[in-house]
Amino acid sequence: MVTRRIAIGAAVGLGLLAVPAWAQAPAGKVTVVTSFSKDVTDPIKKAFEKAVPGVTLEVQNRNTNAGVKYLEETKANNQVDLFWASAPDAFEVLKGKQLLTQYKTKATGIPDKIGSYPINDPQGYYFGFAASGYGIMWNERYAKANKLPEPKDWQDLAKPAFFDHVSIASPARSGTTHLTVETILQGEGWDKGWRTIKEMAGNFNAITERSFGVPEAVNSGQVGVGIVIDFFAFSAQASGFPVKFVYPTVTTVVPANVGIVANAPNKAAAEAFVEFLLSPTGQEVLLEPGIRRLPINPAVYAKAGADYPNPFTDPRFQKMIGFDVDKSEARTAAVDTLFDQLVSFQLDALKGVTKVLHEVDAALAKKPNPQAKALADEARNLIAAMPVSEAQASSAEIKGAFTGGKQKGARQAELESQWASFARDNYAKAKAKAEEAQKAAK
Amino acid sequence: MALRVRDDSLPRERMTAIPATAPPRARRLSATPGQIALALAIAAFLLAFLVLPVATVLYVAFTEKGTGTFTLVNFYDFVRTELFMRSLWNSFYVSAMSVAWASVLALPLAYLTTRFAFRGAAIVQTLGFLPLIMPPFVGAVAMQLFFGRNGSINLLLDDWFGFKIGFMEGLNGVIFVQSVHYFPFILINLSAALRNIDRAMEEAAQNLGCSGFRLFRRIVFPLALPGYLAGASLVFVKVFDDLATPLLLNVKDMLAPQAYLRVTSIGIADPMGYVISVVLIVASVIAMWLSAAALKGRDYATTQRGGGGLAKRRMTRMEAVLGYGVVVLILALVLAPHLGLLLLSFATVWSFSPLPDGFTPAHYARVFGESSLYIKNTLIYATLAGGIDIVLGVAIAYLVLRTKLVGREWLDWAASAALAIPGVVLGIGYLRSFYGVTLPDGTPLAALWVTIVLALAIRRLPYALRACYAALQQVSVSLEEAAENLGATKARTVRRIVVPLMAGGILAGFVTSFSTAAVELSATLMLVQSNSDAPLAYGLYVFMQSAAGRGPGAALGVVAVLLVALCTFISHAIIERSQKTKGLGH
Repeated sequence: MVTRRIAIGAAVGLGLLAVPAWAQAPAGKVTVVTSFSKDVTDPIKKAFEKAVPGVTLEVQNRNTNAGVKYLEETKANNQVDLFWASAPDAFEVLKGKQLLTQYKTKATGIPDKIGSYPINDPQGYYFGFAASGYGIMWNERYAKANKLPEPKDWQDLAKPAFFDHVSIASPARSGTTHLTVETILQGEGWDKGWRTIKEMAGNFNAITERSFGVPEAVNSGQVGVGIVIDFFAFSAQASGFPVKFVYPTVTTVVPANVGIVANAPNKAAAEAFVEFLLSPTGQEVLLEPGIRRLPINPAVYAKAGADYPNPFTDPRFQKMIGFDVDKSEARTAAVDTLFDQLVSFQLDALKGVTKVLHEVDAALAKKPNPQAKALADEARNLIAAMPVSEAQASSAEIKGAFTGGKQKGARQAELESQWASFARDNYAKAKAKAEEAQKAAK
Repeated sequence: MALRVRDDSLPRERMTAIPATAPPRARRLSATPGQIALALAIAAFLLAFLVLPVATVLYVAFTEKGTGTFTLVNFYDFVRTELFMRSLWNSFYVSAMSVAWASVLALPLAYLTTRFAFRGAAIVQTLGFLPLIMPPFVGAVAMQLFFGRNGSINLLLDDWFGFKIGFMEGLNGVIFVQSVHYFPFILINLSAALRNIDRAMEEAAQNLGCSGFRLFRRIVFPLALPGYLAGASLVFVKVFDDLATPLLLNVKDMLAPQAYLRVTSIGIADPMGYVISVVLIVASVIAMWLSAAALKGRDYATTQRGGGGLAKRRMTRMEAVLGYGVVVLILALVLAPHLGLLLLSFATVWSFSPLPDGFTPAHYARVFGESSLYIKNTLIYATLAGGIDIVLGVAIAYLVLRTKLVGREWLDWAASAALAIPGVVLGIGYLRSFYGVTLPDGTPLAALWVTIVLALAIRRLPYALRACYAALQQVSVSLEEAAENLGATKARTVRRIVVPLMAGGILAGFVTSFSTAAVELSATLMLVQSNSDAPLAYGLYVFMQSAAGRGPGAALGVVAVLLVALCTFISHAIIERSQKTKGLGH
């Protein structure tokens, strides 16, 4: 205790003398809760401690959901200074629960938006420090052995060639996959978007419960193709895995963020960490092979290799769609639950129909048959049908069902049960139609 | 200390473990003050570190949405939801099938190593124990690389014969992985029980002309039944409550994964996750109760302790070839994941090929610096947790089996229920209950590493408890009565007679608790506050979130397995030696 007091006293004294701009020079331990892996946190910790001597960065690794829960449960006696993770919606949740504190960064040279996504929270509760886009990664050896074509767009993954070769994380479990699903829904519209998602889902081999499960399976060749956030593929390439990555046309870039926790025990050092991450030195660390994230300071790309994707100049990124954060926020729980009830927990049924439909397509390609074609289309429409409209999904009534104990109203379990039986009935009917079509096509 | 003559204490009655025909045995009509104090102390411990923290999370299951009043409507929702009922059925099916297959793997190993003069019995026992220690995440990756749809075996099969086997697909995949993973529970408890059987029983049967399989079926196996059931019930409940394996195989329609998925994602405010947890707990307690009921009214204790276990016989040449063949075959199957892990820890890139592209020691160099800290923490936590568990296990087993205290079974059931509580629920419960409590200098109680130890101890208590319970069931009361008649106090009897006689079972319990605590992650992840307090499993988790961390993660996993294997081997060596000092040897 005594030494700590002396240390703080000394730090305060030095701070007053040397850096008059800051009331208190950063010193001591600063604790960050993060979902980032050691490969990301280690180099940044090293660079930060070098840039701001006297501060040690204490990294607590938790997945995003557990981290949010942790801050919530410990807020009465908070010991954490920073929250640092990818998914912007986790930061929205924290902000809503008043677990973050406002701060105004001094960093310069950072634009307001990346693509059409605002880099920082307008109220200054959290800051983007790196950008990430969503896309498709695949294992080249697997693709060669199974004669898979190169995918270019989401719709490609719905083709017969990819049956049982695709993997995705459940959006309810992975903040980044949630954004991918939401991007498709916003880019293609509610009904068409869900149709695309379900057509792809018919080809899924697995729906994993954590984000990293997908690149892990693709890297080791258990699954051929994965729907992932870009840096998973880039860092795997850097580690030597035979994988490739592509950004589809309907996608978006979204910032990964850092925010200062409310009542942070070491606020000065927390602010120093945010400043460091946004400074050119901090941004350059992102280019390391094990990290490979897109810096949000355009000037830093000068130090990156020529093949490094640059969202500020690359035309592909300029075409990417605008992402409406408020729209996404209003229906987060509904979208995740719909995905789980219509896809995750009905995957066998969905795959069953899809397989038959692929066979019908193959038969029709050899010998056209309008009756079979009509039946197959009917089956496809049954699969694509949704139990709720876009307006209903963000309605107060459905939103209320997911807020737990606060309001009286529909229970989450009731809604889920309805949606699940809707999907089950439709997939069963679709299967019957598809089999009819198969008979007609023969 | 009155001298009592009891008509059911004749060995003849006990020999074949037939239902005791005598009226309920008058053990102790009332408990001593010391026993009551002990029971109260254990009850207080379980209340403070298990029941209350869990209750702060699970009470939501019984509240109505909006009003917070008591209701059972959530359970009505559970029964009405097709997904949950399908999950419930799947969980039962998978658990039962896993017990069957785990028995197939465990029986030969246990029997051959305890019954025959089997060279390398300690090594076989140690190796047979390893599958239980599958480090989180990295173990899954290794298993996929070996048995997965494009794992080494399937790639080779496809190459040579043009077909693949879905070892790891769907419910059958879960059954396969779970039986390989958890059969050591049966192995270790059954082996301890076999060692405890009095040789006189076997000899008596042989004198009466019984031999071969009939001897095993009628005498040996029934006498070892407490150990087998202890292991089998653990396998059943553990498989029923396990969420890691189904999730790794992407099987979601089972009960434990459903609870986990809900508690940790959007359903976080929804009662259903907690409803499922309650169902899991109730099902586990029922399973434990059934396994206890199956042994009720039978007596497994034998009086003579001089023999030190079954006679070990030499195998004929043919028997030896057959015996070693079976053992090697089983070990090769159950240790394949560990071989995969070892390869992975030396691999450069291993992707869609039967073997890695190249080998490098670099991953070990990378983890070398940090692993010593992780190893130290893991050893401290797991040892303390294992220690707490066997003390509690012996105490609870003693209270339940040897006293007539009212409600003593509740101690057993409460402790066993810990098996069914998802780690993340326990973690959140600890944060809720202990984070508000601060030490004089302002650090929260939950921030101390002791909290991790307590969480581990609670989570692994059922393992030690079952082992201790089975061991005590095989100790005859008359030995204690003899000691007491000679003037020993109860405490002294326990110390000098009961505990030494239970030693094998206690060690089995310690090893199981210790080694599984060493690789626990779900509660730890919620409670670890700083890297300097982190155990190996946490270090592994941190590595296994990136492509470049796979090798170092595997290296750390190998370190964890070796560490636990070493400890296990040492305890087996101790058991063997104590057997020999008891006068057996060969």
